[in-house]
Amino acid sequence: MNLQPATLAQIDEVITHYPEKRSATLPLLHLIQEDLGFIPDDGITWIAEKLGLEPINVYEVITFYPMFRRKPIGRRHIKVCRTLSCALMGGYKTCAAFEKEFNTHLGEVSPDGEVTVDFVECLASCGTAPVVLIDDDLHEKVDAVKAKQLSDEIKQASAQRR
Amino acid sequence: MPDQTRIIFKHIDEPGYSNDLACYVRNGGYEVLKKAVARPPAELIDEVKKSGLRGRGGAGFPCGVKWGLVDRKSGKPIYLIVNADESEPGTFKDRYIIHQDPHQLIEGTMISCFANNVKQAYIYIRGEFPHGARILEKAIAEARAANFVGPNILGTNYSCEIYVHRGAGAYICGEETGLIESLEGKRANPRIKPPYFPAVLGLYQCPTIVNNVETLCHVKYIVEHGGEAFSKIGTPGNTGTRVFCVSGHVQRPGYYEFPAGTITMGQLLNEVCGGPLPGRKLKAVIPGGSSAKILRFGERFKGKRKVGAEMVDYDWGVEDVPMDFDSLGMIGTMGGSGGVIVMDDTVNMVEALANINAFYSHESCGQCTPCREGSLWMKRITTRMVHGTARPEDTGLLKSVADQIPGRTICAFGEACSWPTQSFIAKFGEEFKTYHEAKKAPKSPDALELV
Repeated sequence: MNLQPATLAQIDEVITHYPEKRSATLPLLHLIQEDLGFIPDDGITWIAEKLGLEPINVYEVITFYPMFRRKPIGRRHIKVCRTLSCALMGGYKTCAAFEKEFNTHLGEVSPDGEVTVDFVECLASCGTAPVVLIDDDLHEKVDAVKAKQLSDEIKQASAQRR
Repeated sequence: MPDQTRIIFKHIDEPGYSNDLACYVRNGGYEVLKKAVARPPAELIDEVKKSGLRGRGGAGFPCGVKWGLVDRKSGKPIYLIVNADESEPGTFKDRYIIHQDPHQLIEGTMISCFANNVKQAYIYIRGEFPHGARILEKAIAEARAANFVGPNILGTNYSCEIYVHRGAGAYICGEETGLIESLEGKRANPRIKPPYFPAVLGLYQCPTIVNNVETLCHVKYIVEHGGEAFSKIGTPGNTGTRVFCVSGHVQRPGYYEFPAGTITMGQLLNEVCGGPLPGRKLKAVIPGGSSAKILRFGERFKGKRKVGAEMVDYDWGVEDVPMDFDSLGMIGTMGGSGGVIVMDDTVNMVEALANINAFYSHESCGQCTPCREGSLWMKRITTRMVHGTARPEDTGLLKSVADQIPGRTICAFGEACSWPTQSFIAKFGEEFKTYHEAKKAPKSPDALELV
């Protein structure tokens, strides 16, 4: 596992926030996942050693929380809200539109490696449903048409990069 | 249309209002904290007790009572945790406070910390608010630089630090003991009671106060204007304002702040939110987040209630119910977190329940068998009814599973996951019993998909 110096510095700083080191488990998992894209096996043992825990203590946390992942995902992460208020406004169609645009299935990396589409539970923006979180950015009132627009923007950005 | 009273959402969506310290201070920010640190802490707690403020996270527990339970004799440090894990489906008020007016939350938090002699506070923010977490971190850094947070606040010998702690997508972290476990770096399995309150044994086995974002913002207002003035807003027993989050099938979904109990469901949905979409009729409403029991338009509620010192009869339709904790409790549901989810006549209730059941099954922490298995089977049955074979006897089966969960679990999730199934069947039993027939009808391609 090769973490960037900035990540290592943040890790050392965040541990000081807590009187008991174990509390830094979630922050460390977030920092490592943000750096590497996922939590590798040696990430688990590394955190355990850093915080004076057994690897199982870290592993059981990873499997409990939906946001932590053990495998790489596409370059962009598209999270469509599945819960009732979004579903009432067409969230299932929004999700299907993203899957179709990137020729992919839920939870998989699209064939071009650009995205992973996930159907997630409530994103707490029910008044502007359906909502979609693309990486860190919330997009509101995303119907199938807007889903196509957002997909086109992602495709354009990736074409420019190539 | 009834007028909003915006206390907490005063600056939300205000043109030109930004989330930095300079803007907050220009608008009178941190003046309340400056005055508060010059007063005896016990006086501040008394103001909160006098105010009648009830927690805005869902249970409506009186904030002053919660603070009163704190073990102050143990000699252990007292912690305060801001519950910013806003995750009850239908609720989206804290999002706007955090993103647009973070200093209001920080000021309310610091006043509450000073009142309770807290030296360390954590803001537990849900993982799905990455920008929110950064905004709060920046705001805390600004406040620290201005001596509102950190060592020797405003020249006093009182010191208190705030850190932001991010969750990672688990609904159960909104349950206060689950949240504490999560903050300790563990799975968010809610704790066995007793001890009944984290105020006695909470974070690191120390006395801990856990308050909702909106609640702490109200504390700031209470300390500014006095508990008595606050208690005059709203209705007795339901004081202050309430932020309602309306979503689903109305013309103007969104957030609206009103004095608690002064507005009815009908006024909120028809006047404030513009009523149903064109050509549709309101069919059902969930009044306080997705676990609250559903109400069916057309049903009536009768009984006796206390008005002042007298008992009077009431006979309400759904539209007539005042939106406060007590009235909603009286008619068998709850005000919860203020999340109002509206469904019109295009919605099939079996499918809506299947959507809710999928949520609770996904979010059960899994430590109690009745909840882990029950939520899973309720999901399996309703999903099969929609996507596979539906049978007339499924209604009874669902009810029997739901009835075996509440009261048999460590935390209130057991109730939260069974109330939807119980109430949907009680209110829309016919639709469940005839679903196997109804689903034979050809579906239009535009039909709403819910599961």
